[in-house]
Amino acid sequence: MVYLTRKIEFSASHLYHNPAFSAEENRRVFGKCNNPHGHGHNYVLEVTVGGEPDPATGMVLDLKELKEILQREVTDRMDHRFLNYEVPELAGQIPTCENIAAVIWRLLEPKITRGHLNRVRLYETPDLFVDCYGEGSGAHGRAGEGR
Amino acid sequence: MKLHLSRRYRFSASHRLHSAQLGEEENRRVYGKCNNPYGHGHNYVVEVAVSGPVDPSTGMIANLADLDAFVDSEVIEPFDHKYLNEEVTEFQKNVPTTENICIEIFNRVRRFPRARLEHVRVEETGLNSFEYAGEPEGVTHE
Repeated sequence: MVYLTRKIEFSASHLYHNPAFSAEENRRVFGKCNNPHGHGHNYVLEVTVGGEPDPATGMVLDLKELKEILQREVTDRMDHRFLNYEVPELAGQIPTCENIAAVIWRLLEPKITRGHLNRVRLYETPDLFVDCYGEGSGAHGRAGEGR
Repeated sequence: MKLHLSRRYRFSASHRLHSAQLGEEENRRVYGKCNNPYGHGHNYVVEVAVSGPVDPSTGMIANLADLDAFVDSEVIEPFDHKYLNEEVTEFQKNVPTTENICIEIFNRVRRFPRARLEHVRVEETGLNSFEYAGEPEGVTHE
């Protein structure tokens, strides 16, 4: 098994607000992220695909194909968007790093037809990121290691 | 689908690698420059990964403010700008290699009540890092 990782960046704004909470509770739970005008991040996304290289091409999947999938499914949807209002897949959810990573996983998984999606890692900042794995991957879940 | 939330923290500290179980000559041979009796320091980076269900009302595995406050009081405050060998009880008996620092941080952060600790990764410098995910059930590494 070989694991291939492609990295992209997108920039987007969001805010955290739960309409079921009072204004006071929203401020207490979400802090600065509750600012009604929103704020933004430069997100970095790493997508890891595992598989056996095709003997004819030496590739797990064609990187060009992966780049096109990421452009269509992620960049076109999320880059320079206000995530709360402009990404239907996030409607009704708080656009935390956890929820955005899960949406990206669900968008990408059916599109990866050569190899399989192993990990989606989404950095909201260099010091905060979420890893998303399929149910079948190892307990520790690190890309490339089933421990 | 499984989600792990990871957060990076920093502290700076000094240490000396010297084992009471080894002679002076052997300590110098094993630890080299790190055995310098006056100690030396590093800028450590600590990466903490936690997992758990995402609360639909907040979209979060754990509120970062809670995780940050816990790691700050249990790890960063006691370790930052300290001489680890003398000022952290566990390293008065265990050599403060990054392996042992990683295990000690894991044992401390494991007590975080709001999510399950998956692993701790510690970078001693930008060129080396150590990762610990605990032991199988029933085995402790205190």
